[in-house]
Amino acid sequence: MAGEGELGSIVVDTATRIFRDLCDPQTINNAAEESWKQPLWRTLEDSGLTLCWVPEDKGGAGVRIADGFDILQVAGRFAAPLPLAETMLAGWLLAQTDLPVPAGAMTLAPGDDQNEILLDAGGKITGNARKVPFASEVSHLAIVAKRNGDNVIALIDSSDCDISSGTNIAGDAQNDIVFNNVSPVGVSDMPTGLGPEEVMMMGAAVRSRQMAGALAAILDLSVEYSKERVAFERQIAKFQAVQHNLARLAGEVAAAEAVSGSAADAIDRAARFDDAVFLETASAKIRVGEAAGEGAAIAHQVFGAIGFTAEHILHRLTRRLWAWRDDFGGESHWAVKLGARVAMHGADDLWPALASR
Amino acid sequence: MTQNIHFDPVRLPPEAQVLRGEVRAFLAEEIAAGSFNPECETDNDGFDRAFSQRVGAKGWIGLTWPKKYGGHERSFLERYVVTEEFRVANAPTRGHFVADRQSGPMLMKYANKDICMDVLPRICRGECCFCIGMSEPGSGSDLFAAKTKAEKSAGGWRVNGTKVWTSSAHHADYMIGLFRTSPPTEENRRHGLTQFLVDMTLPGITVNPVHQMNGSHDFNEVVFDDVIIPGTHVLGDVDMAWQQATSELAYERSGPERFLETFYILVGLVRLLGANPDLRGAEGIGRLVAQVHTLRRMSVSVNGMLQGGKEPVLEGSIVKDLGTLWEQALPAKARDLAAFSDPEAANRISFEEQLEYATMIAPKLTIQGGTTEVLRGIIARGLGLR
Ligand SMILES: Cc1cc2nc3c(=O)[nH]c(=O)nc-3n(C[C@H](O)[C@H](O)[C@H](O)COP(=O)(O)OP(=O)(O)OC[C@H]3O[C@@H](n4cnc5c(N)ncnc54)[C@H](O)[C@@H]3O)c2cc1C
Repeated sequence: MAGEGELGSIVVDTATRIFRDLCDPQTINNAAEESWKQPLWRTLEDSGLTLCWVPEDKGGAGVRIADGFDILQVAGRFAAPLPLAETMLAGWLLAQTDLPVPAGAMTLAPGDDQNEILLDAGGKITGNARKVPFASEVSHLAIVAKRNGDNVIALIDSSDCDISSGTNIAGDAQNDIVFNNVSPVGVSDMPTGLGPEEVMMMGAAVRSRQMAGALAAILDLSVEYSKERVAFERQIAKFQAVQHNLARLAGEVAAAEAVSGSAADAIDRAARFDDAVFLETASAKIRVGEAAGEGAAIAHQVFGAIGFTAEHILHRLTRRLWAWRDDFGGESHWAVKLGARVAMHGADDLWPALASR
Repeated sequence: MTQNIHFDPVRLPPEAQVLRGEVRAFLAEEIAAGSFNPECETDNDGFDRAFSQRVGAKGWIGLTWPKKYGGHERSFLERYVVTEEFRVANAPTRGHFVADRQSGPMLMKYANKDICMDVLPRICRGECCFCIGMSEPGSGSDLFAAKTKAEKSAGGWRVNGTKVWTSSAHHADYMIGLFRTSPPTEENRRHGLTQFLVDMTLPGITVNPVHQMNGSHDFNEVVFDDVIIPGTHVLGDVDMAWQQATSELAYERSGPERFLETFYILVGLVRLLGANPDLRGAEGIGRLVAQVHTLRRMSVSVNGMLQGGKEPVLEGSIVKDLGTLWEQALPAKARDLAAFSDPEAANRISFEEQLEYATMIAPKLTIQGGTTEVLRGIIARGLGLR
């Protein structure tokens, strides 16, 4: 599905090869059980991709931030149904502290306003986190907790928590977690410049990149199908209405690719999560989320009934688009925050802020 | 097959941001001197030759052109910054914008040396306004239906027929006109059209105003009655216009003017809703800002890729499609979001005037320079569907 070398880096090519060999959406869709999962995860781990954002001296692959984002775009193209993005994010966060970076799958809970997690004087964690991606499938969690009102990062063994069963709209694990006097593996002060909102921004940028990949894949599938399917004795690709639908889908793909790539680049270049990075990541999550909704609808329309079936792979991509747009804040969440910030800075600052990017 | 829609995350180089500072200072002086109203385009029809000459004196017309033609050999990303700052300020650029964006580059490619040496430096000085004579009463989206005829005759070519919707023809010194020089052939209905440089002062040319629905006068009907155009004014090959002028298209389609034409509405909305908008207002502003940021990043990227020698043709067409639809939808969205705003807000009256103006010009945004439907056909071709 993905062309090799288009993202211009060896690690991205490696990721592409691994996903093509071991994460073919059709094979996974046909599989009765999850026998594909182990080899795929092991290969991702062995090739250093799961901890690619962790420096080498901490046991990771030390890949550039921008390359890591491109790996996630490729993972999105293949609708990869395992906690690669989450492990990368947790590794990225832990590597900025003195905490060890454990091997194995991880996920993270940013501890936003709605989900307060407290670290008490006795060093125990209480509170809860809702809808944490893949929590039931990982061995460790990186969380942001409050200690006397200050943010700290805690590394937690998942077997010490109460983790609900549950899945998101794509069928991937997504769980509520209760921390009931949990002893963390370790606790660290928050790295300077980071807090729950900044972790959310990083998560939003990650999901935007994955969605951009999934959108690119549904465009490929839809264009291909439109040239195969015949109706009224013509390829449906020859109907102007279908062509215009596909042109609109291409527009959504383009918007998603451009704004998510720009956000990734902004994070890669920035020394900290400042107003500019906020504009870039919030915009990415909003616009890519919109593209996910529009794009999935168009692709399903082009495919007709076949795309509505369990056998067809389209839903592997579209259901993940619907799921990912909700993670780390949906469009409305970020739009309210961005709009409030723009209003606070005032009308005269709007153009200079846009033009500075 | 993979579509490979790609956008390099291009950032403007430091020299472009320095230039931006100079452009803003110039515009601030002009606004202070009362030469135009930045709030809206309503106060003028966007044409001001003296202003164009001052822009030319700054060196901001023909910015990317060779020095021998009066240009400045600077980058397309610097030109990008000039264009977007002028656009956002609602500066009156009609006297030079068309020549700068498309007519000049067209001449450089297809006109003879004498014409280039004569006309291009005048464009750079802001002294030369161009119009585009393609559409006719019976030929719009389907340019190859053009009937205005140019026949070989003593002294060059004799032109008869009518062009229509010709923006700025009443100000223009020159037109680049598309005329029929031969009938189409069986195999190729696009054959037989030729492009000409037309001096608008030639005898036999009549420019009749066509008023737009808001009362303003931008476009015209241009009638040719036995107009004699010298043979040296043929641009490129006779009968072969259909093969020419595709390379500049990506610049034309992807510029900042393709999504910023109603931007003042968003600025006005933010002012109207104030520092603490309600949830609905904040969400609405947030979405619009995210969308316009996305368009701008796409547009900068396409221009940067072109500058770097890549050919993002599909990406360029997509920028125009999404961009014109966005700038067209903006007034209606802003109207919704403003519905419950404070009737006493300081900019209430000016916002309503801006909205009225933008609502009335919005329909043209997806028609001029090729309709949405035509553009989608081009995108579909880029996707390999046609
Ligand atoms: C403000 C303004 C300024 C302009 N300035 C200039 C200028 O300076 N010089 C110049 O030459 N022209 C100019 N034009 C004309 C412009 O280029 C044409 O209006 C445009 O190309 C469409 O042509 P038309 O108006 O004849 O519409 P038509 O071609 O008649 O189209 C009418 C409708 O049919 C649709 N349609 C047509 N063909 C197809 C198809 N194959 N598939 C699907 N749908 C189709 C169109 O999309 C449109 O919705 C200007 C127009 C405007 C509004």
